[in-house]
Amino acid sequence: MRVFNEIAVVTTICIKSIPQRFWASFSTVVAVGLVVTVLLAFLAMAAGFQQTLRGTGTKDMAILMRAGSQAELNSGVTRDQARLIEEAPGVMKDADGKPLVSPELYVIVDGVKKTAVPADGNLKKAPRSNLTLRGLGPAGIAVRPGLKIVEGRAFKPGTNELMVGRALQKDFAGVDVGDTVKLGNSNWLVVGAFELGGSVFESELWADTPEVQDLFHRQNVFQSIRARLTGPDALKALSDYAANDPQLKLDVTTEADYYAQQASRTSDLIQKLGWPLAIAMAFGALAGALNTMYSSVAARAQEIATLRCIGFSGTSSFIGTLLESLVLALVGGFVGTLVTWVLFDGLTGSTLSGASFSQIVFTFHLTPAVALQGVILALVVGLVGGVFPAWRAARIPIVEAYGTP
Amino acid sequence: MTGQTLIHLQDVSKRFVKGKDTITIFDHLGLSIPAGDFVAVMGPSGSGKTTLLNLLGGIDQPTEGSITFDGGRVDTLTEGQLARWRAHNVGFIFQFYNLMPTLSAARNVELPLLLTSFGRAERKRRVEAALSLVGLAERADHYPREMSGGQQQRVAIARALISDPKLLLCDEPTGDLDRTTADEILAMLRLLNQEMGKTIVMVTHDPEAAKYARRTLHLDKGRFTERELVA
Ligand SMILES: Nc1ncnc2c1ncn2[C@@H]1O[C@H](COP(=O)(O)OP(=O)(O)OP(=O)(O)O)[C@@H](O)[C@H]1O
Ligand SMILES: [Mg+2]
Repeated sequence: MRVFNEIAVVTTICIKSIPQRFWASFSTVVAVGLVVTVLLAFLAMAAGFQQTLRGTGTKDMAILMRAGSQAELNSGVTRDQARLIEEAPGVMKDADGKPLVSPELYVIVDGVKKTAVPADGNLKKAPRSNLTLRGLGPAGIAVRPGLKIVEGRAFKPGTNELMVGRALQKDFAGVDVGDTVKLGNSNWLVVGAFELGGSVFESELWADTPEVQDLFHRQNVFQSIRARLTGPDALKALSDYAANDPQLKLDVTTEADYYAQQASRTSDLIQKLGWPLAIAMAFGALAGALNTMYSSVAARAQEIATLRCIGFSGTSSFIGTLLESLVLALVGGFVGTLVTWVLFDGLTGSTLSGASFSQIVFTFHLTPAVALQGVILALVVGLVGGVFPAWRAARIPIVEAYGTP
Repeated sequence: MTGQTLIHLQDVSKRFVKGKDTITIFDHLGLSIPAGDFVAVMGPSGSGKTTLLNLLGGIDQPTEGSITFDGGRVDTLTEGQLARWRAHNVGFIFQFYNLMPTLSAARNVELPLLLTSFGRAERKRRVEAALSLVGLAERADHYPREMSGGQQQRVAIARALISDPKLLLCDEPTGDLDRTTADEILAMLRLLNQEMGKTIVMVTHDPEAAKYARRTLHLDKGRFTERELVA
């Protein structure tokens, strides 16, 4: 209790003296806040990105790609292989007995981000970003029961018509229903917009496979096959079937697993960028914190020495100084979290996905786990920035109590 | 009024080592201060007056020799033991008051009590009593910057008295005050000595201040020359 009283009053003295060094303390708070903002922006981006990819794909959809290809873009599947999969076990059939299998084409096209639209509105001169164009087989819409057409209609097979993901429309210009999009040498009409559970697909353009094959001169080649599974055991049946047929050198996974893997790769990359940058900045903030706290200790040297004279322990000066530093850092941490939340949370961004090289639209998400990492980084800065000055405070010679005011 | 020996310095030497040089402040100094004494210490600047107070107050340790207080050795205590010993036995009064600027008068006076086991209510009661004693009951909630030098020094006296120490050590307690205010403070110290039996050692440059003490020690070149003065 006595020790507690002692520490409490020294801490009060330390913290109440902060306004006497207002600008130094303020700049420490700002520096720590900046570090936390940068870190949290990256981590919120990684979290949001992961959430978008994780939300993509379901467990009852199989995705088949060439063995070892890892990503749709690198894969290649033939028409013969697609035909074999239509007869495979574990594949669901529709009411008419037609297998729910969609051989799909996956190609990169380009578009103009809304932020890149020039002042005169002329999209032809604007810098372009990569986009995914997906060619869907005849069952392409039927294999995706979660699909919601929110505007217009689906494309008609055999025409140059496009459906556009909702997320893509938010981020890119000239892709509204009724707009004409030039892909290669032909013009495509946007006839509909869709939503699909906030997933990566909402960042894609969809069209009829044969038309896309024509456009890119890729007759008889696909990137992947989507197949709806009949139940929990169906994936095993399908992969066994593929493994036993020498013509089917394909990797079989659920769509959910495929995107989860893509998600962790990219969000790892984002975190690997964010942490070193934040830590490098944290050293700057640390220098500021040390400076502020050393000047705090110097300014209070006589007060500390007087307390020691009265009989207070060096420990209480140590803890009081350390807590002052932690309070400054914590305020910085909260300010940084708040700024990130106000500026970034819910903000839509798009980034190159590592595997597809096309834009994936996602939402920054400041999760509690992410915020906690920011606050912890702030506390580490406060702790390291406080511990050395606190040590000096504890060692102030008591005779310093004399001397001029 | 004075009685048994409260403080006894025997063969005390104090040397400071500064680089290659060793400065000897005291060389085998002896001093006895009876309980209830009021001693003024005078002497030229740099003669070791503050160093003497530091030794008496357990802030600094002698290089050689022994210091006893109330029959117990002080010079052999560890830093932690000394801190506790100071909290119980010594009140310090400084030239520049040394109040905590961020604490109210009452909170300043309360500081030494935070090292005791008194509860909040008892601390409050004692703080009020101490502030009344120095005539500042009305100023409990005022901050040091809102008070005159003399008032601040009275708060400092209340703080020095609050844990009822036997010994008060004052380093130029009136050095920063005008004559009238200085006389008020000195009269208060004399009262504490005469009415409450506090033993007081006061360093001063001011011969007028020294007149309030029972005796004056002149410190020069590490030696005392004593001159009795009747208070
Ligand atoms: N910690 C220290 N290290 C080295 N020298 C010291 C130290 N403390 C005091 N001294 C030296 O000891 C001598 C006596 O100092 P002290 O402060 O006791 O003098 P004083 O009589 O109080 O002087 P003043 O009247 O100016 O306050 C001085 O020469 C001073 O420089
Ligand atoms: Mg001195």
